[in-house]
Amino acid sequence: MFELLGIPPQVLFGQLLLGLINGSFYAVLSLGLAVIFGLLNIINFTHGAQYMLGAFGAWMLLNYLGVGYWWAVFIVPPIVGVTGIVLERVLIRRLYHLDHLYGLLLTFGLALIIVGFFRQFFGVSGLPYPPPPLLTGGHNLGFMYLPNSRAWVIVASLIVCLATWFIIEKTRLGAYLRAATENPVMVGAFGINVPLLVTLTYGFGVALAGFAGVLAAPIYAVNPNMGADLIIVVFAVVVIGGMGSILGSILTGFGLGLIEGLTRVFYPEGSAVVIFVIMALVLLVKPAGLFGRSV
Amino acid sequence: MTTDTNPIAIAAITSVGAAGMPRHHFAIFAALFVFLIAAPFLLYPIFVMKVLCFALFACAFNLLLGYGGLLSFGHAAYFGMASYVSAHAAKVWGLTPELAIIAGTLVAAVLGLAIGSLAIRRHGIYFAMVTLAFAQMIYFFSLQAAFTGGEDGIQAVPRGHLFGLIDLRSSEVLYFFVLAIFFAGILLIYRIIHSPFGQVLKAIRENEPRAISLGYRVNRYKLAVFVLSATLAGVAGATKAIVFQLASLTDVYWTMSGEVVLMTLLGGMGTVFGPIVGAAVIVTMQNYLATFGDWVTIGQGIIFVVAVLLFREGIIGVLAKWIRKPL
Repeated sequence: MFELLGIPPQVLFGQLLLGLINGSFYAVLSLGLAVIFGLLNIINFTHGAQYMLGAFGAWMLLNYLGVGYWWAVFIVPPIVGVTGIVLERVLIRRLYHLDHLYGLLLTFGLALIIVGFFRQFFGVSGLPYPPPPLLTGGHNLGFMYLPNSRAWVIVASLIVCLATWFIIEKTRLGAYLRAATENPVMVGAFGINVPLLVTLTYGFGVALAGFAGVLAAPIYAVNPNMGADLIIVVFAVVVIGGMGSILGSILTGFGLGLIEGLTRVFYPEGSAVVIFVIMALVLLVKPAGLFGRSV
Repeated sequence: MTTDTNPIAIAAITSVGAAGMPRHHFAIFAALFVFLIAAPFLLYPIFVMKVLCFALFACAFNLLLGYGGLLSFGHAAYFGMASYVSAHAAKVWGLTPELAIIAGTLVAAVLGLAIGSLAIRRHGIYFAMVTLAFAQMIYFFSLQAAFTGGEDGIQAVPRGHLFGLIDLRSSEVLYFFVLAIFFAGILLIYRIIHSPFGQVLKAIRENEPRAISLGYRVNRYKLAVFVLSATLAGVAGATKAIVFQLASLTDVYWTMSGEVVLMTLLGGMGTVFGPIVGAAVIVTMQNYLATFGDWVTIGQGIIFVVAVLLFREGIIGVLAKWIRKPL
């Protein structure tokens, strides 16, 4: 068996695969943030909590109602999306006329409340979510072993990312959305219901977070704190990529996941901070982000 | 951050007393001083010292948010790192408490310079995200570095002898040392706010393009206020490590950054006395709700939501509107 710089290929590809999985979550979550930011101009700090809600939603369906994983993949994201729509209609809507930073503070407070409640009632030890039978096996690809559960996460998030890109860039609804991002008043003058569009966009972005949470449930333990640290890394991903472009968010997410995986192979101590270091470099060289427009 | 009402604007018409300070400000400082001299005999001194440390932290943060208009979501980095360095200096290097605090403060200043010079390249919410991300990097560093003690933190930090002479083991003696640091800190912040430099900061906060067109080098002002704020947050963190004889991961985690935002928001952004009140309220709430576990987090979240939706001026901001004087 050949070795690369003293690293056995199983280890290298194994870590790259783990990196791709993390990258899938970065991509789906940063995509949701970018979609919300584009129209609402707020950074949704509740995103991590909503990702956690997705995982808990899948867990509750299984344990309280006996509904399995494959149903949860389709049922949970819309439910999480609806909770987002309620938040937008009742609370977030009231802040649009103010400085965008108030939106950040409000969603931060909401995240504390949601995570606090789940910690109070479910503890912090983490609840197991057994993977469905279809995802338990794996395939030997010759150079590495590919577990089905991981292949599924990567494929599913790629499909969702590309579908989102297609909706926003190629459909009439997406055209309204992009137009409203540029000039909401003008779009409203053409008879489009912009406030409804804003609400639905927030719901869609939140549903993406819920979807990521369902994907995460069988891989990571279901835990109230699972979103908190992840969302900060996703913020760094968003700063690196810039929120101007949908494809940019997807590419940056997967790319940074891979880089993180490589770092874990060659310099394990640095793997927790590598994304932040890249963020510092990007801020030095191209402050607007790799795919971003200025400011 | 721009607010819809601006209490500072009334400053011009208020009467001016000693040392160019409006009379009612002088009166409040005097009353605060008298109260804090008496406080350790009425209340538990360790509790009051905790309030003082967090009040200084919140005032330092308010200098950046309330007057510079920059929302940092990563101020735990300076508070926590200064706390670690001060604890390490006092325990391992055997420095006297004042030197340990100075060491922690210097590290916070350097850290503020490094992170600030990168963060000011972005605006608004990106600035908040960048500062948060860098603070998380400092957190991971603290988790892995050898000198911080990882999950255990640095425990049993000696309080030592002030200037090598005065034994600080008694909480009453230590209290007056902390009180001196607190007052020096907030008077310095007061001076900065009311200096020409502070006026330029307010101009940048209100309208950055106009400040640029007037010829001000806006980025230098922003970096300067960022470093000042980080440094003073460092003083608070370093002092806290000596008071509690402990530096831990809690001090450097993002929840701490959130708490200082909450204290400032609740007390009143851009007011002199608001952050002190906000810190007192939040620390008291934490003390009384400590046995209820996660209800503290939920309570903080609810205060955030209510403060953002219903009274963005904060407690002192509302009070200032009532008496029609800036506080």
